[in-house]
Amino acid sequence: MAAPVSNVGISSGERSAFRCTSFQKKTRSRLIAIPGTRPSVQNGQLLVSTGVTSLDYLLGGGLAVGTVLLIEEDLYDSYSRMILKYFLAEGVVCRHELFVAAAQDNPNDILQELPAPILDDVAFPKPVEQPRLSCEPQDSLDAMKIAWRYQNLPKVQSALASSSRFGHYYDVSKTMEPEIRQAAKCHCFYFPDHPTQSSTTHSPMLQSYSALLKSLQEVIHREGFFIAAPMSKSRNILRVGLHSLGSVLWGDDLSCHDSPRHRHALTTFLYGLRALLRSSLSVAVVTIPSRLIQDSSLMGSITQLCDYAIALESFKGSERETNPLYKDYHGLLHVHQVPHLNCLASQLPDHKDLAFKLKRKQFTIELRRQRFFMLTHKMRDLIKCNEQSASKVRSDHPCQSSLKVSKILTCFWDIMG
Amino acid sequence: MFTELNSILNASPDSFTQGEFILVSVQHSDASFLIHHFLSFYLRARSRVCFLALVQSFSHYSAVSQRLGVNLTQAKDKGQLIFLEGLKESLSHLIPQEERTGSEAMDFLRDPAGGLRSLYQFVHSSLTHSGGGEMVEEEEAWGSPVLLVDDLSVLMSLGVSAGAVLDFSHYCRAMVCSQLQGNMVALVRCSSEEEEDEGDAEGSEWLRRGLTHQCSLTLHVQGLSTGYCRDIHGQDFVNFLLNDVPKTLDFPTRPKAVSERPDFCLTLWAL
Repeated sequence: MAAPVSNVGISSGERSAFRCTSFQKKTRSRLIAIPGTRPSVQNGQLLVSTGVTSLDYLLGGGLAVGTVLLIEEDLYDSYSRMILKYFLAEGVVCRHELFVAAAQDNPNDILQELPAPILDDVAFPKPVEQPRLSCEPQDSLDAMKIAWRYQNLPKVQSALASSSRFGHYYDVSKTMEPEIRQAAKCHCFYFPDHPTQSSTTHSPMLQSYSALLKSLQEVIHREGFFIAAPMSKSRNILRVGLHSLGSVLWGDDLSCHDSPRHRHALTTFLYGLRALLRSSLSVAVVTIPSRLIQDSSLMGSITQLCDYAIALESFKGSERETNPLYKDYHGLLHVHQVPHLNCLASQLPDHKDLAFKLKRKQFTIELRRQRFFMLTHKMRDLIKCNEQSASKVRSDHPCQSSLKVSKILTCFWDIMG
Repeated sequence: MFTELNSILNASPDSFTQGEFILVSVQHSDASFLIHHFLSFYLRARSRVCFLALVQSFSHYSAVSQRLGVNLTQAKDKGQLIFLEGLKESLSHLIPQEERTGSEAMDFLRDPAGGLRSLYQFVHSSLTHSGGGEMVEEEEAWGSPVLLVDDLSVLMSLGVSAGAVLDFSHYCRAMVCSQLQGNMVALVRCSSEEEEDEGDAEGSEWLRRGLTHQCSLTLHVQGLSTGYCRDIHGQDFVNFLLNDVPKTLDFPTRPKAVSERPDFCLTLWAL
């Protein structure tokens, strides 16, 4: 299951802190109160944020717990890596646990490059003012006279409540401070550190992938992310980031041969990953160097085994970099697949013309404003022609018409915003 | 269960042709709504259903079926539905462990070159229930057996050859459709048309062609070439082209367009 809203109550610790008032809100269902998650408005599924709020919107509000997001890397693996870091940074801020696996860079290095969150109201390990106890004398100096029902509530919002906000903003130009990062628990899997063992089965899965799957299963069982685990502890989400699966460094030859020998290694791994995620409270983001994989039917079966699939196409180094049509953006984003779990209809994004850009501090995804841009180019040409004809003829009419055109042009710019 | 689809296929839970192999072939789209339709259809028709759910979890099918008016948990408890949750059973085979807790049906994951014999044995035992030990009156209450597979293409992604999948479907058809006079519904995904497989015998296109040859009715679901679009009311939906490619002459052969609204109502109209 992709973690439907089920009867997991809030932990007793939270309950006692707020039992000061006699008013009990009647709730129809006891929702899972895991910080950093929220139920989907469409079908009540539990969602987590990817860290990029515009991507959350495109994917239907966020990533459903228990699913896999496949990111087809851009040519230089710069922007896909950035989205992966956003995803992990969001996990740190929401106090989720992280599992990072990579074969190229040490996962600890990836974790040190996380973008710094812009925190205005999130309280991190700083001394918090103690909440008032009900046994304190009521006639203290700052006793409330009008709002006396709220006398005994804690003055400062606890960290748990504020970090339950969905989606945060990050400053890409700075890296996350070590104190914030160390507050979150991270599990790393660096493939070169794991010794090769001989496999006993004839499974098509490579030894690297099966070691990764086994390690992930151990973490899930040990830390209690399994859905069927006893409800004694408070629940949390495990965010899994798998970098560049299918590349040569994992021992896979998908990206080097036309007809690879280990054709089904990655697909079998993705099947096992789906099985693990559906039975636990975790979300995974997988990046794959799809441009190196020659076989498009293989990419099709890989996409079908993941739930969400997006592809990044950056303009770096291509002729589009200098094309004025694309000058506002750094690349195009294609949403290939959005799942519809626990319901019949899927919510694909309304627009297919999406582009992303990396501003100095932020990574955003927008609808590409191509139509207006082409119009304004036409208007500019019109103005040029008019101005040239005006300088030749020197009469009032062409000047007025060129003035009109420039007025319309400024109106267009205003609309564009 | 979608009533419009029932009227096109000339079927209702009370009367439907038996011994049929219905193939749902999907291209660039998602046709899981047809699987949900057939699941609720046959459960309403009080058939004994064996469902090989290889790609999604039980709770997903259960949640959707509930909205279509069928309770899967109840059907499983009563013995009407035998549900193989492929994802759950696969983990013990994919990750080598000391104790093997998974069902034997997913044994092919350990050695895909060996074929799908164990999966066929599972289907055979669940639909013929030769084991006994259950109350005879309850079993006779259920109608003809039905086998549902979602989907066959994932077997190829797991390393099984197309020939082995075709063998499996042939064996199942022989048992379910001919011997037991039941029905069989399978879903298969095909790749895009530009890929004429360059002599690749393992291709999914070859599998689809082989299955189309074996089946009695094909429902081909295809996304629009222009992409998805909205309907006039402003709700999001996806357009499908539904091609009935029948072997019998009773069905209409003109293609129809299908639209699915999010409120679980399937509307079809002619192109």
